Parts: sequence; C-alpha cells; structure tokens
Amino acid sequence: MITRDEVLHVARLARLELSEDEIEPMARELSAVSDYVATIAELDLDGVPPTSHVVDISGALRADEPRECLPREEALDQAPSAGEDGFLVPSPQAG
Amino acid sequence: MSAGLLELGAAAARAEIDAGRLSAAELFDFYRDRAAADRDADGSGLGCFTWVAAEAPAGARDGSPPLAGVPLAVKDLFCTRGVPSQSGSRILEGYLPPYTATVVSRLAEAGAPLFAKTNQDEFAMGSSTENSGFGPSRNPWDRDRVPGGSSGGSAAAVAAGLAPWALGTDTGGSIRQPAALCGIVGMKPTYGSVSRYGMIAFASSLDQAGPLTRDVGDAALLLLHMVGRDPCDATSLEFPGSLATPTAERLDGVRLGVPGELSGEGIEAGVLDAFNAALEQARGLGAEITGVTLPHAPHALAAYYVIAPAEASSNLARFDGVRYGMRHIDDARPEDLVAMYTRTRHDGFGPEVKRRVMLGTYALSSGYYDAYYGRAQQVRTKIAEDFRAAFEEVDLIVTPTAPTVAFELGEKTGDPLAMYLNDYCTVPMSLAGIPAISIPCGLSEGLPVGIQIAGPAFSDARVLDAAHALEGALGFDGSAALV
Repeated sequence: MITRDEVLHVARLARLELSEDEIEPMARELSAVSDYVATIAELDLDGVPPTSHVVDISGALRADEPRECLPREEALDQAPSAGEDGFLVPSPQAG
Repeated sequence: MSAGLLELGAAAARAEIDAGRLSAAELFDFYRDRAAADRDADGSGLGCFTWVAAEAPAGARDGSPPLAGVPLAVKDLFCTRGVPSQSGSRILEGYLPPYTATVVSRLAEAGAPLFAKTNQDEFAMGSSTENSGFGPSRNPWDRDRVPGGSSGGSAAAVAAGLAPWALGTDTGGSIRQPAALCGIVGMKPTYGSVSRYGMIAFASSLDQAGPLTRDVGDAALLLLHMVGRDPCDATSLEFPGSLATPTAERLDGVRLGVPGELSGEGIEAGVLDAFNAALEQARGLGAEITGVTLPHAPHALAAYYVIAPAEASSNLARFDGVRYGMRHIDDARPEDLVAMYTRTRHDGFGPEVKRRVMLGTYALSSGYYDAYYGRAQQVRTKIAEDFRAAFEEVDLIVTPTAPTVAFELGEKTGDPLAMYLNDYCTVPMSLAGIPAISIPCGLSEGLPVGIQIAGPAFSDARVLDAAHALEGALGFDGSAALV
C-alpha cells in the first residue's frame, strides 16, 4: 500500500499540488495500479537487455548550420506573462 | 447532390472531384457545416469537435492534387498554426501554436485541408474520451455509450459521417480501439514511419499518428501521404519499400496467426463470436489460420503502465504556467515560483492525467527505478522477441481489437484498471513498434466489433492488403451510424 507520505513525496517531485480530498483516492488508485504492474516482478528477466526505443536512432545528426528560428514575439505570444525580452515569472528567490 | 455526398467515402469523393462532377469547395462546406452543427448542438450532439473552420483555408477550394481537397479532421493534440491545439486539456485551453505538425502540413500540401479539430482524452490518456477537459464524445451507434479513446472524437466523427476522414494518434491503442468501437477502420503504422513533430507528446517512444477512415482504401490513401523522414523528428525514418492503395481480394497462402493469449480469456463472448466468424471468412479467401504463442503478451499491459506514465511524467513537465497555457497563482503565496507551478498543474490537469503523472514519477523515483522502469523495458524486449519468433511461422497476427463492445458512459470511470484493460490486445503491438490495423468485422448486441491485423515492422502495405481483402469478404455496413 502506498502511504499518504509517499503520495505527498511523489507529488512534490512531480510539482503537483494535491487537494486534501485528492490524497487518499490517489494513494488507493496508485496502490491498485502498482500492485498490477508489479506482476512483472514474477518474470525471469536475468540478462535481458532493456528496450527504451524500437528504432535505432544512433547517429541521427544533421549539419550544424544556422537557420531561421521562431521570431521572439511569436515565441512569447502565448505566454501567460511576458516582457519584451522573455517570459515573466515570480522570483525564484522568493518563497 | 448533397444527399449523395454523405455516402461518398474519401477516395470516392476525390474521384468525383477529379472527374469534375463535384467541387472541392462544395465538399468542404458540406462537412464544415455538418461539423459546426454537431459543435453547436452541445449536449445533444456527439461532441466530436473542439474547433471547426469558419471557412475554407486559402487554396483549399481548388481541389489540388493528389487528394483533390477532401477535407481532413485532426485530433486536438496536433499543433496547427493559429488554431486551438489543446490536447483535450484545460491547461492548454485556447493555445494557438506558432507552427503546424509535419503530418498535418504534409496532408494539406497533398490536398487534404484541415477543416476541424477533434475531441480526445486529455493528453491522449484514456480509452473512452471521457477524460477530455471539454466534455465527452458519444458513440453514434448508441449515444449513451463511449466512442472509445483516446482518438474518440475522430472515430465518432468518421463513423457518423461528420468527417470524410480523420487523423488520430495511437500510444497503446488510441486509434485502433475507438475505430473498433465505432465500426470504422483505424491504423497505427510502424513506429518511426510518420513524423511526430508537432504532436503534443504523451509517451514519445510509443506515440504514432495514423488514419481513421470509413474503409481500408481511404486509410491507405491517407497513410501514403503521411509517411517519410522529417528532419524535425530524429526517430522518423524514410519508409522502406512503397505504399499504394490496396487491391488484394484474396488471401491465398497468407498465414494468419491467432495468439491464444489475446483471443480467449478476458474477451467478451459476442466479440469472440464475431472474431471467429471473421477468421472463417479469411479461411474462405484462402488464408491458413494457425495458432501462435506470444508468451509475454499477458504482461504487456503491466509493462505499458510503467513505460507510458514514466515518459508522460517527463513530457508533461513542460506544462508549468510559464511559456503557454494556463497560469494560476496561489493567492496565499503570490511571489512563490514553485507554488505557481504546483497550483497551475493542480488546476489545469484532470484526474487521469494527475494519476499518470504521479504513477510515472513514482516509477522513476529513487529506489523504484530498477524494479519498475528497468524491468518494464526488459519485458518490452521479450515482447518484441515473441513477435519476431511468431513472424517466423506466420505472415500476420490477428486478434480481436478490444475485449468488449462500446460500454456506457460512466461505466468505467471509477475504476482505472478496468479502463486500462481496454488496451489489452493493442498494447503488445505498440511496445513492439509494429503496424496494426483494426477493421470492423461484425456486430455484437447491435454494436460494432473490430478485428486487429498486425505484421512485422514496415509490413504496413501487406497489413493493408490483407485488411482490404478481408474487408471485401466481410461486407460490414456502417451506415446505421451516419447522422
């Protein structure tokens, strides 16, 4: 069973605030799913290499040449808060 | 000729335009108006669309070749310049991307202009389209039932004749399962054959775009204009060999393998009956039907529910209220940057997305990484090996697409695991990266059943050929779903 403290720890790692009434259901549902996925622990997988990706993508390099990029105004256009030079956020030093 | 327009499939409409009997502008307006009516019907419609074009884009009225202007609906998660692209999430409500997904621009250039965006489960996480931040879509065969998901808006729109064809994306079954539940064709191509650039990512090692269409010919026609290497997606490849619209009518000598692991326990009786009847039809076309074994397939869903949430938890880190979408400030801590992140994500994500972000973060966290993510990746290797071994003995593998027919709205929303089991038959192919198509093979309790045909990597043309031959013999009639 995943505990309340574990849920809060993981939520902190995920930068996700959980309301008080979300914590207990989250613990219960994560426990049910993690019990289910834990069935893969029964398999004998000694020496089996992992597959992170089915496509061999080694060496997918392109020539490093300057090219057009998104104009700054367009990049900033959809931001909730932006100044002329970039995205505006509350100060990382505060809080 | 509007009365007859609805009966035309996409390829047939293209032929009418090419022959000068139909104008692309008329066809665009016909579907635009139908989609707008569904959007404006609110709760009494099918809820298929998140955006409908006000008018045809420049150049779309000319019917440019090769696709002649047959308009295309695309899933909300494809970025489309200046058009809302929200991936079904309130956290991206009203987001207008500065660029268009490669596959959408390729199709527009090929003469299939965008006319609508379709509803989906939030960030493609779900099997019913009930997880959309913009309300559920409904199944045109029975409006009290789900269309499947996550590409449920695209599937319902094509089945109901509100779109001539549509794009979806498939991570663990999100094209094939809604296609099955709505009685249409849906294909997930080989991983890497279609660019993912501009698709709002869910699980990058699995996500793949594909067609949802009324028939196999339309699916092939759309797909052959989608594939190919894109410099903007390092995992995209030049498609080896060629794709063409399929013409096969027989299955002589084709060896079809039926894996016992995905065609027995857990599959509803009515679904199995329709599946077995389709196998008889395939035998009648000359196919050899044999049993095969995929020993690790029963563990695929467990591995998937580690790998996909793990990748999602990383991909969705970008939604933090800084660069786009929603920003919510905690009034008690207005100057706290981290509080801004956590409050924005609390308010912007729906329950299933929160669950998967939490699950993925948990699986990747210190002390659990090897037990969960590491092992799941090893299981993925075994599943790919199982398929390789099976394809030594057979040409293609066939299974039911989904374990059940369309279920009622609300029936599974309280039980995440029950919802996840919808993908039991489709997830193994996703983990192996191989192509798979679902075509309708009959009805059970008056609702459509899909049969899935899968082949080795880059055998997409063979998969389409076999599906085309079987489709002809099955003669499925989906017209009852047209609205």
